[in-house]
Amino acid sequence: MTVQLRVGPLIGTLRAVEYHWIWYARNWRATVISSFLQPVLFLVALGFGFGSQVRPSAATGGLAYVVFLVPALLVVTAVQIASWESTYSILNSFKWEQNYWAVIATPVTPGQILCGQLVWGALRLLGSTTIFLAVAAVLGAVPGPGGVLAVPVAVLAGMAFSAPVMAWSATKDSAEGFAGLFRFVILPMTLFTGAFFPVSQLPDWVQPLAWLTPVWQGIELARGVAFGSLDPLPALGHTGYLVALLSVGVLLGRRSFRRRLAV
Amino acid sequence: MGGNGPLVYAKDLVKRFGKIEAVRGIDVEVRRGEAFGFLGPNGAGKSSTMRMVGCVSPRTGGELRVLGMEPDTEGPRIRARLGVVPQLDNLDQELTVRQNLHIYGRYFGMSKAQVRAKAAELLDFVQLAERADDEVEPLSGGMKRRLTIARSLINDPELLLLDEPTTGLDPQARHLLWDRLFRLKQTGVTLIVTTHYMDEAEQLCDRLVVMDGGKIAAEGSPAELIARYSTKEVLELRFAAGAQEAAEPLVAGLAERVEALPDRLLLYTSDGESALAAAHARGVNPMSSLVRRSTLEDVFLRLTGRTLVE
Repeated sequence: MTVQLRVGPLIGTLRAVEYHWIWYARNWRATVISSFLQPVLFLVALGFGFGSQVRPSAATGGLAYVVFLVPALLVVTAVQIASWESTYSILNSFKWEQNYWAVIATPVTPGQILCGQLVWGALRLLGSTTIFLAVAAVLGAVPGPGGVLAVPVAVLAGMAFSAPVMAWSATKDSAEGFAGLFRFVILPMTLFTGAFFPVSQLPDWVQPLAWLTPVWQGIELARGVAFGSLDPLPALGHTGYLVALLSVGVLLGRRSFRRRLAV
Repeated sequence: MGGNGPLVYAKDLVKRFGKIEAVRGIDVEVRRGEAFGFLGPNGAGKSSTMRMVGCVSPRTGGELRVLGMEPDTEGPRIRARLGVVPQLDNLDQELTVRQNLHIYGRYFGMSKAQVRAKAAELLDFVQLAERADDEVEPLSGGMKRRLTIARSLINDPELLLLDEPTTGLDPQARHLLWDRLFRLKQTGVTLIVTTHYMDEAEQLCDRLVVMDGGKIAAEGSPAELIARYSTKEVLELRFAAGAQEAAEPLVAGLAERVEALPDRLLLYTSDGESALAAAHARGVNPMSSLVRRSTLEDVFLRLTGRTLVE
């Protein structure tokens, strides 16, 4: 039997993505609560429940609170899903199940493993945020077609956070540090970066910290495109910031994956 | 590549991890169709060597060619033609047996139809067809090992690298694995095996090197090594607790060489029975005695002054 053995960078990456797809098709049930149910509960409790007590104002862009919330929740959801995919999941492949070590014995390279992981991550974010947006639309929380544009923005923000975190996770030998990341970075980044109330309510010295996060950048951009309320220049600024963060993350990730796997 | 050149050629090969020198300048040539072994205790540098040959670990120094190519620049092309059985099974526990083979074949650029056919063939070969659609996690150690071997064969490799293939398996599972490896060899697959079991090395290897402390201590076929470094027979004497020390001076000169292990004396001689009779004549009174053929263990003991396992 003759086997076709040409595996270039594109095929290598695609096959690494295919692995995740096969895994997900078998194990997706475990992810339903975190990636689907949880954001919908947030939307219902905060958007419709709490939101019913909030009068539309300048702070909500004159919109119903739940409408104001949807683009931001898309970004927050994307970042939260990405957090798991780029911490425990990475450490598992290096350390616990060690399946990366099986892959590098094939023509697929460490760089292609990383690319596959990132592409897969983006696809998962795309799937989850699309479903979330559809649910929000059915519930009447998406007033116009502009809301669809918030999906790619959420994916970009999620990946801009995911890539550098992945690079960091690839250097770790234990889960130590992940709990700190979730408690002291991801949780405040979810609560205090403008999703639920304007950043201008924060103390002056905290506001610049919020601006540095991909979540705030993503939320500003997502609302801007969803409601058509953003000028081109700030839109470009937010996009540029997120793309830069993603690019740095990919470069660092390539380095840490290679260092870890080619020893 | 040249069809007649060695599949693996290493000259003064070195691997350092920081200050630790795991492989300290070894020369190795593995020829097509043979089963080649690296025998040595844990920490001898066997696995580091295997990882360099497998083109997943860049060498620190020396020359290395695998399938006639340079690992530093041709890694993916070389790996496409290798099969690797790592020391620890790194299977996907949450996928099925068949899915593990499927995705691995895909990594090698095989089409889905190719993978399907090859997976079915390999599942029969390693006797796992009945478990094909079960998840990997609950399988026994022996089954997982067989699956790892099947996985390593998905791309029809020319060269199969096995790092301690039977460590931790029960005797039955070991024999089944040896049988499968032997069949592979008959079909022309070149095998490189690391082990710290001398029976495994004797069973599987046409030629082997004994490694110790990152260096090669000896090289040859099992029979050659035994002939060169040991005697035809070995007389083993075991004593009641505390009695061995008194017997040691008495057996001096009865054999070409005497090794005193903590639990027994080994007398290296061409004629074990005569040596035993002579020992009795000198008043040596062992609790038990055994005359046996020399093994690779004796070679290792001679070369390093230590036993392989323990």
